[in-house]
Amino acid sequence: MATVETRALTKHFDRGNNAVDGIDLAVHESEFMVLLGPSGSGKTTLLRLIAGLEQPTSGDILLNDTVVTGLPPRARNMAMVFQSYALYPHLNVFRNIAFPLHAQGMRGPAIQKKVDWAAKMFGISALLQRKPRQLSGGERQRVALARAVVREPVVFLLDEPLSNLDAKLRISAREELQQFQRRLATTTIYVTHDQIEALALGDRIVILDHGTIHQIGTPQDVYERPADTFVATFIGAPPMNLMKRDGQTIVGFRPEHFLPLEAHRDTADLHRLPFHVQRVENLGSDRLAYGELATPVQTGKVIARIPNTIETVLTSDTTHEFAIKRRNLHTFDAANGLRVHA
Amino acid sequence: MSAIDTRVTTPLARSHRAHLADNDGALGSWLLAPAVVYIVLLVAFPFLLSMYYSVSDATVGNTAVRFVGLQNFERIMQSNTFWRSMANTFVFTLMSQLLVVVLAKTLAMALYKDFRGKWIVRLLILLPWVAPISLGTIGWLWIFDPVYSIINWTLRASSLLPANTWPIWLGQPNLAMVSIVLVDVWRLLPLATVIILAGLSSIPQDIHDAAEMDGAGFWRHLFQINIPLVMPIMLIALLFGIVFTFTDMIIVYVLTRGGPFDTTQVLASLAFFTGVPGGDLAEGAAISLFLFPLLVAVVILLLTIARRTEIT
Repeated sequence: MATVETRALTKHFDRGNNAVDGIDLAVHESEFMVLLGPSGSGKTTLLRLIAGLEQPTSGDILLNDTVVTGLPPRARNMAMVFQSYALYPHLNVFRNIAFPLHAQGMRGPAIQKKVDWAAKMFGISALLQRKPRQLSGGERQRVALARAVVREPVVFLLDEPLSNLDAKLRISAREELQQFQRRLATTTIYVTHDQIEALALGDRIVILDHGTIHQIGTPQDVYERPADTFVATFIGAPPMNLMKRDGQTIVGFRPEHFLPLEAHRDTADLHRLPFHVQRVENLGSDRLAYGELATPVQTGKVIARIPNTIETVLTSDTTHEFAIKRRNLHTFDAANGLRVHA
Repeated sequence: MSAIDTRVTTPLARSHRAHLADNDGALGSWLLAPAVVYIVLLVAFPFLLSMYYSVSDATVGNTAVRFVGLQNFERIMQSNTFWRSMANTFVFTLMSQLLVVVLAKTLAMALYKDFRGKWIVRLLILLPWVAPISLGTIGWLWIFDPVYSIINWTLRASSLLPANTWPIWLGQPNLAMVSIVLVDVWRLLPLATVIILAGLSSIPQDIHDAAEMDGAGFWRHLFQINIPLVMPIMLIALLFGIVFTFTDMIIVYVLTRGGPFDTTQVLASLAFFTGVPGGDLAEGAAISLFLFPLLVAVVILLLTIARRTEIT
């Protein structure tokens, strides 16, 4: 088991800006850390730097408080699962899983035992003689995980391992992934652009954009107390509503907190806002109401998410009385977008 | 109404004119026709003609052709020169293709990496393939010249060769074979390199990264990942190389004319020397027909292996 730390880690590619720009990050022992960001945020580059597949322009990587910056991947004993799974197409499942053991110099029965153990853990014991091309997407993903687990690495690096699975399989694979990580208690760094995955899996989430960290925190932290307007609008679907107030600050609120007045049981501490509804989408469990606040100030578009357990009739092109609890309002500095701590 | 009518008829008229281009079957036949004509006139016809000549007594300048059965083949089988040429063809092909595959794989791996000035190195490596074979080989004729050989001159200048040694590259039996192999490698290396390079580029980077993460060192990576994955394409390169080398006579013709003492005579050059300058068209044709079953066997063998190692 291990801790991973990066210090002022920077990677500059020939063209453009720094892909990773001065990242300070400490991953605790046995932690499930998720790197979340839009494409081009530098999350995959950061993972590849930690793996040793890329060399940083400056800064250091520490594994168990020892600097490993210049070391090649095989000296770091980390295992990686790729988005494409990167199974060796010419080797059968057994030899795919055994490959890292062979590379370690392990021989014969010891390999057999290890491969059987890993295959059993992921329920692929029946597939050992198949070639990767004969496997389904879900099976390939399990083989990739088994290959990563088999030599008991100190750190797992996972690069969007679920994004090639169909939606239904993704949910069950997510659950299995979390269970096996808890059982092995191996420090895990997981890259994704999918906020649902990040919120569901991460002990903590690192939110990255343009190579810098916007926030590190538990799923609850980043959702309930976003550090800046980027995090506020990146996490949550639909995103947080943001409105400029008196030029100095930006006020934000989540669509699910913006409800018809009669839906609020506790009427104390409410901030009332007349909401001019333009369009309503029914999503089954919820309705999304798109519109504008009917205030003298120009506010731009606002979205409300109303659970269908609230039976208020919403008609288009009508102004309804809506309200938000004051404690659900977020305030950000208009100049730099940072959260203003109340 | 009439305005609508014209609008309907105009596109119809146009589609009549575009008839050929719209009919995929007819268009396909037309586009294939030149290739079919080319193959019939320049491959099939000479091939059938040589089969006919090989069982006749055809000679240059004689229009009367008589059927003689397998006489020509009997004569060939009793000829030492023929068997020596057969052996030479195999030695020549195997030696040059072994070198080509190893060197092409090495070069392809070097060129696969990114470095400054890569495009000019790629261009330079392709040059021997672009140059006409005969011109390139004449250049080598001068390089191997007994008196002015730049090779001998360089070896002596760098003291690798004693002062009074004059190796005659094209005149000593073993050296002559080494020379023609060298020129054949020089000529076929670019094609093989480009083919293997294409094979290397088709391996996803993730596979290389995975091997690196899994702890594979250079040799393990090379022999267990890299080579097996490009094997089908390497076999295609080898197939081309074998066919080109087996049937080539230009290098031998320009450099040694089969000499000294037939030590570099190959089947293709022997067939030519017997049939054209020697005037015995029938025997020349019979010799050249020996290339056919050998090449068919090689093609079948290599394509079978290539299909078996197919990975996708």
